[in-house]
Amino acid sequence: MKPIQATNDFVIKFANVNGSGSASANELFAKSILRMGVPVSPRNIFPSNIQGLPTWYEVRVNERGWLGRRGGVDMMVAMNPQTWDADIAEIEPGGYLFYDSTRPLPPSKFRDDITVIGMPLTAICNRTYADARQRQLFKNIMYIGALSVLLDIDPAEIEKLFGEQYKGKEKLLDSNVKALHLGRDYAKEHLAPIGLKVRRANAVGERIFVDGNSAAALGCVYGGATVCAWYPITPSSSLAEAFQKYCMKFRVDAETGENKFAIVQAEDEIASIGMVVGAGWNGARAFTTTSGPGISLMNEFIGLAYFAEIPVTIIDVQRGGPSTGMPTRTQQSDVLACAYASHGDTKHVLLFPEDPRECFDFSAQALDLADRLQTPVFVLTDLDIGMNQRLTAPFEWDDARAYDRGKVMTTEELEAGKYFGRYKDVDGDGIPWRTYPATHPKRGSFFTRGTSKNPEARYSERGDDYIYNMQRLLKKFDTAKALVPQPILHAANDKTRYGAIYYGSTSPAMDEALAALDADGLHVDALRLRAFPFPDPVAQFIAAHDHMFVIEQNRDAQLRSLIVNEFGIDPARLVPVLHYDGTPITARFIAGAIGKHMHAAKVVSIESKAAHS
Amino acid sequence: MTYIAKPKLHHPSLTCNAAGFTRRDYEGAVSTLCAGCGHDSISAAIIQACWELDIQPHRVAKLSGIGCSSKTPTYFLSASHGFNTVHGRMPSVLTGANLANKELLYLGVSGDGDSASIGIGQFVHAIRRGVNMVYIVENNGVYGLTKGQFSATADLGSKSKKGVTNTDSPLDMVGMALQLGASFVARGFSGDKPQLVPLIKAAIKHKGAAFLDVISPCVAFNNHPGSTKSYDYVREHNEAANRLDFIDGRDEITVDYAAGELIDVTQHDGNVIRLRKLAASYSPHDRVAAMNYLHERSAKGEVVTGLLYVDEDAHDLHGHMNTVSTPLNRLAAKELSPGKKALEKINAALR
Repeated sequence: MKPIQATNDFVIKFANVNGSGSASANELFAKSILRMGVPVSPRNIFPSNIQGLPTWYEVRVNERGWLGRRGGVDMMVAMNPQTWDADIAEIEPGGYLFYDSTRPLPPSKFRDDITVIGMPLTAICNRTYADARQRQLFKNIMYIGALSVLLDIDPAEIEKLFGEQYKGKEKLLDSNVKALHLGRDYAKEHLAPIGLKVRRANAVGERIFVDGNSAAALGCVYGGATVCAWYPITPSSSLAEAFQKYCMKFRVDAETGENKFAIVQAEDEIASIGMVVGAGWNGARAFTTTSGPGISLMNEFIGLAYFAEIPVTIIDVQRGGPSTGMPTRTQQSDVLACAYASHGDTKHVLLFPEDPRECFDFSAQALDLADRLQTPVFVLTDLDIGMNQRLTAPFEWDDARAYDRGKVMTTEELEAGKYFGRYKDVDGDGIPWRTYPATHPKRGSFFTRGTSKNPEARYSERGDDYIYNMQRLLKKFDTAKALVPQPILHAANDKTRYGAIYYGSTSPAMDEALAALDADGLHVDALRLRAFPFPDPVAQFIAAHDHMFVIEQNRDAQLRSLIVNEFGIDPARLVPVLHYDGTPITARFIAGAIGKHMHAAKVVSIESKAAHS
Repeated sequence: MTYIAKPKLHHPSLTCNAAGFTRRDYEGAVSTLCAGCGHDSISAAIIQACWELDIQPHRVAKLSGIGCSSKTPTYFLSASHGFNTVHGRMPSVLTGANLANKELLYLGVSGDGDSASIGIGQFVHAIRRGVNMVYIVENNGVYGLTKGQFSATADLGSKSKKGVTNTDSPLDMVGMALQLGASFVARGFSGDKPQLVPLIKAAIKHKGAAFLDVISPCVAFNNHPGSTKSYDYVREHNEAANRLDFIDGRDEITVDYAAGELIDVTQHDGNVIRLRKLAASYSPHDRVAAMNYLHERSAKGEVVTGLLYVDEDAHDLHGHMNTVSTPLNRLAAKELSPGKKALEKINAALR
């Protein structure tokens, strides 16, 4: 078996033990390649444990900039004896295994069709360091050093990264540099060159490298959220923690040292959403962040906020369900649970960010939309975007941007005698006016309740009052169509009867799959949905194609159901392409599924056949 | 209840308080509760307390959960914004509202079903956090709106209207509030307005989590022999630890008492709660003694009322969070957005 030869296009996976300090070393590895101008997309694969159990870090190096998971492993850095057998089995034929050869292993533990690279990491560490923790930590840096030799990564970039990380901590800086070179020296002396290489390129550009949860948290800071109530749940906890971190940096009054924010770690998700409802009712921008089980718990309050018309922003970092499901794996399986959350007739605004940049944009926009529409707005991200660093367009903010606080009647307007009917559609867009408590001594007060009411907010069980309100809520939802982020068309190179609809974290894999299909002469127009309610172009796109694929990461084709339900489309027209094993969807999977379908249907059009011949 | 709406016009001779409002300005819609319901007396006491304290009605936010007691905010302070939330979850909504604007008075009204059963978790945590609020539980030991089921505060051995004996231990919310760190804990009785009004006034003027348990008999489902929350039973077993007068800072103190009988409690803004001690050994500053006293009396079948504990130097949630003095709901983009330049720096650090 010929060893794999690849430059700037391979997958390397690190198999580590939780809590061993490998995470920062692996991130260093990914960043050093980025600094060489070569795009990488790393993914953490971590079971629900804290210390001592397996964790993996998979890095795709790809100069063309494909950021989706590729599938397959060209090189395994096997640092965890517990998962050895499975890790070895995962390597592509012709691939490479890098391992700690301190303890001899029988030949049966290896494979014939891969290149085995052993380095006695533990022995070198034990020889060099006396302290047990140092032995552990520097072992990681040492293998990064060895890999930098094998893969041709510029050590100056790694040293520069150390310099940034340990600015002012010279002792730490020196010891890390020393460990790096110990690894490099051993590799140069003892290890044979391999076929995988990193070559300096210019393919990263201005992009930044950040995880979606930090980006969403920053979006909430810029978007003016002042109240955050949350309950710890993977994979959303780091979002609330990042919000806290950014607030401590940007929201502490320089003169008084006082905080322009309030963050409560609540007793559960019910209390979290309750606090957000209370704060939104009282005119503060508020959000909560959670995952699927939290959404289930919040359902009653979501219905109250919908019916009583209170601005609420909910960021759902989706994970595998149902029940506790796969808490550390990714899925897009809360779409229906969020779209129709709560009892009775409800519909909610959903935003689908594709990457950290959109996590930032959509979180800030969600706060505006919630105020404008006076309703819950969901940002549906997922673990793949939320907990992995991803190359993404730099964040942008216009200092002239004011917050859209929606239709809030002022003291002056009330004083001037302007009509106020809390649930009356005076503007024809279904959105009523509201007042904050304490606006006026005599006018504008009203009673908020989850029960039915008349347009003046008085309790009413009259059928016509109820119908008026429910129809107005539908009209308001219709108004939302033009306000939410619009879908983005990715037109095929050739005219085609085939279309595909996708959203969220499927995006990078989809882009790559479309390019692969196109190269095979299979043309597919693709539409990336960015929000629910679906704007009008979505129906037009579906109508303009004979065959439509709907690609998503759940078992039950939830977005497809939503499309069928909302547009009344014949379900047979929408072919589901579903990936839901907990790993991020891949281009290979999408192109395979679509290609198979199109080949079966003999799709290559006469015109394009002629063009190719 | 009555089906005759009160006339909206005020009699010109009605006296105004210092804020310029008559007592009628503190009223609400006509109650839909049963005639004789203890809850209506509590509403009347709230109206009286707010009027006497010269509170501007629109500066009050009144929040409740679900149940008979939670309906009552409609029946007082019609110029205040009100929020009838979901069952058992008033404390979280009140907490959020309070975070949004620290300047208003937050009045949470709940019942024993709403707070002691479905909402016990939220009650516990709102008290723990020291939310600046008046939390009133209108406690009748029974689910009224669903017609007579026992609640979690029903006493062991008490009988339902249908003759069923309660075999579950009762939950003592006053005892819990003391244990959880409430900085103001009191119990009143809806049938004793002279005691209840000053208790509410003192609670309103307290900065921190003020918890007020008010025994409020349910005339429809829990006012029969065998009930321990009936008017007759509570009157017979009411053991007042103290009587109190609430004295606003500017009021002249005119009543004299013999030395040793009085305890003056001065709260943060200078208001004074003057307690006339009825139980000789009782001190309202000793949390542990208050818990002991409560349990001793309870074991003897007595219902202790009065101001049971107060920490006049208490801090509230905003204090713990060190929030700015401007209410958070008044901050705009220029105060909240770190701006384009800061974002460019963040971008640079992420490359």
